[in-house]
Amino acid sequence: MAVIFERTKGLLDVPTHYCPGCTHGVIHRLVAESLEELGVLDRATGVAPVGCSVLAYDYFSCDMHEAAHGRAPAVATGIKRAIPDSIVFTYQGDGDLAAIGTAEIVHAAARGERITTIFVNNCIYGMTGGQMAPTTLPGQVTETSPYGRDVNTAGHPIRVAEMISTLDGAVYVERVSVDSVPNILKAKKAIKKAFEIQMQGLGFTLIEVLSTCPTNWGLAPVEALKWLRENMIPYYPLGVKKDATTGEVK
Amino acid sequence: MAEKILMKGNEAIGEAAIHAGCQCFFGYPITPQTEVAAYMARKMPKIGRVFLQAESEVAAINMVYGAAGSGVRVLTSSSSPGISLKAEGISYIAGAELPCVIINIVRGGPGLGGIQPAQSDYLQATKGCGHGDYKMVVFAPASVQEMVDLVQEGFDVADMYRTPVMVMGDGMLGQMMEPVEFKERQGRQLPSKDWATTGLRGKREKHNVINSLFLKPEELEEHNRKLQAKYREIENNEVKYEMYNCEGEVDIVIAAYGITSRICKNAVKMLEKEGIKVGLIRPITLWPFPSKAFEEMCGKTKHGFISVELSEGQMIEDVALAVNGRAPIHFYGRSGGMVPTPAEIANKIKAIVGGAK
Amino acid sequence: MAHQEIIFAGFGGQGILSMGKFLAYAGLDEGLNVSWFPSYGPEMRGGTSNCSVIIDEDPIGSPLVVDASTVVVMNRPSLDKFESHVVPGGLLIIDSDLVNREPERTDIDIIKIPAQTAAEEVGSKKIANMVLLGALVERTKIVPMEALLHALKAHGKEQFYELNKKALEKGAEYARK
Ligand SMILES: Cc1ncc(C[n+]2csc(CCOP(=O)(O)OP(=O)(O)O)c2C)c(N)n1
Ligand code: SF4
Repeated sequence: MAVIFERTKGLLDVPTHYCPGCTHGVIHRLVAESLEELGVLDRATGVAPVGCSVLAYDYFSCDMHEAAHGRAPAVATGIKRAIPDSIVFTYQGDGDLAAIGTAEIVHAAARGERITTIFVNNCIYGMTGGQMAPTTLPGQVTETSPYGRDVNTAGHPIRVAEMISTLDGAVYVERVSVDSVPNILKAKKAIKKAFEIQMQGLGFTLIEVLSTCPTNWGLAPVEALKWLRENMIPYYPLGVKKDATTGEVK
Repeated sequence: MAEKILMKGNEAIGEAAIHAGCQCFFGYPITPQTEVAAYMARKMPKIGRVFLQAESEVAAINMVYGAAGSGVRVLTSSSSPGISLKAEGISYIAGAELPCVIINIVRGGPGLGGIQPAQSDYLQATKGCGHGDYKMVVFAPASVQEMVDLVQEGFDVADMYRTPVMVMGDGMLGQMMEPVEFKERQGRQLPSKDWATTGLRGKREKHNVINSLFLKPEELEEHNRKLQAKYREIENNEVKYEMYNCEGEVDIVIAAYGITSRICKNAVKMLEKEGIKVGLIRPITLWPFPSKAFEEMCGKTKHGFISVELSEGQMIEDVALAVNGRAPIHFYGRSGGMVPTPAEIANKIKAIVGGAK
Repeated sequence: MAHQEIIFAGFGGQGILSMGKFLAYAGLDEGLNVSWFPSYGPEMRGGTSNCSVIIDEDPIGSPLVVDASTVVVMNRPSLDKFESHVVPGGLLIIDSDLVNREPERTDIDIIKIPAQTAAEEVGSKKIANMVLLGALVERTKIVPMEALLHALKAHGKEQFYELNKKALEKGAEYARK
């Protein structure tokens, strides 16, 4: 990645286990920087999912919980209700959030939990070695859609940001991408804004981040960024899906 | 005779189910069993059968409930954390008396635990899993071939008794390749599935209902007693085990199942050379547990029994029940994905029986 | 030989798992008991890959090899990890093109083969694994070379057979040196 980041206090100085070219690391940094810049690192608690970012608890310097697969929003609810002035976020993959954890995310949003969800959409199950995710694109070949995702039997991809934005408890929902420097800067702005809204106690916030999985897509890192741009962005349009702080709903 | 081929345990499970006439597979990825789903994703659509990746294990087991209630052979597969999620559905399936086969390729727990081989779901599998007064038949294969045989047998036993059957392996059995053969099987004479919700279709007068709800206490009790009668029948007819080196008097008897039993056999051979005679009872059905085999050995073992497990001690509870105070019981276990060597087990046994003779 | 436990280790993509598979198939064809067990889980994503193969006249216990009669390594991390697993008097085969340090053990038999170079001479670097496998079979006589060739023919890709065969022979030559 061409951008040079300064070390953020939000991340511990340890090597991560992510594959070369995986954008999970970039997204970690954006979250960590936002928390640091908002001065809330020492009252933040994050919830790690089950997925490639399961070890996020070893990387973020704030307090962390590790949740069962898909249950992070429920765990985050417990944390936030127990200690309301905590800044609570979940960091979840697309299998975690949009498959097994659909009930938890929908209800956390519907309740307007004052938490922030960072939803990492890479169109695949990374951790388990490349199976179909709810977000896998039509025709995309994965280990469990070996002939390409057939929407007649495997159903259609879920556009999480759009779906969540229909819920009244969700106050800010935006989809961003980390495929290029300008997009990374936009992603940072969105994540920071979501945390600010949480700090104001306005309701549930979700930032969907389009991310790469070079390993399971079978692509080199640069090609993976290109694949994201050419295939994911057309299906998952970027932008603010809902901003109830201004009354904007797209 | 069918040709022997090398197959991964997980893939062999899929192929065995296909051979057994499994019409539907519902699953959700989880290491170390994901290859079962991947195999079924490749094979099932090609032969006009159903593969579906569910949104969760909870959904997968309920898809199984629906398909089993509709009278088809159905398989689901997972590993420990996923089985915990299936527990609710398994209870409903047992309550509604539906046949199905459930695979658990066990990994270390509790919680997210790890992904390496373990046998720490023994109690979960044999003592119920979900809520209520029910039992599930649990097969514990020790090789890829036996996995194939028991998956096929599992479908028969499930249909015979209208009960869920679990085939429980571990990460090693799932991931390893061994030679397997898909033999012609002598199937059982099975009852017809006239209870299935196939639609009346002009063939039946009375509608079929798949259900586990009995609001009247006397009716639920009667239902439970019917289930128990069935479980007694399974206990009488379906116990499977292997006795190895158990002829005559022995110094000690090992109780071990699955992959651990193989490691123990190597330990038995090592100890033989040192003049220590060790017998081995290998339960193949974990429920029903082969208690008789243990009773039989009580008078023939000098130093009692040792349960060797990839856990901190679970099957030992059933060994203790079977032995019922008639002989001492020892334990050796590794957990969390650690696997003992034959030498480790042999040393523990030497310490019990008092060194080489 | 009646009983052999082998570890193959290297990076993903070097054909580590398939080396093991072909050997296991050859053992199976010889009527022996065989098992093959790969490393699994997220560590594979880090790029390392290894598998255990056991060939035995007797039934096989644990498929995980701890005390190896032979270890084949195709990178430095694998040598660091598995050198100590070779039993005294056992065999260590090293791709010396890829491993930049000398082994420390003095109580074992060591064959160093510039397998990348050797494979390239035969036709392609991709079959360096076969060069190493050829050396293993030649030195240990674990299965006859014919059985291995037969396994390659039956279970490998037809178009690579001749190339693989040459690579195996090349490896065998190194083992005879
Ligand atoms: C109950 C349960 N089911 C399944 C799993 C196995 N599992 C681990 S990670 C994962 C999917 C991860 O994919 P995703 O959420 O898309 O995140 P990524 O790895 O792509 O970042 C699954 C199914 C589990 N740990 N627990
Ligand atoms: S498997 Fe994919 S998502 Fe996981 S670390 Fe590797 S590249 Fe990233």
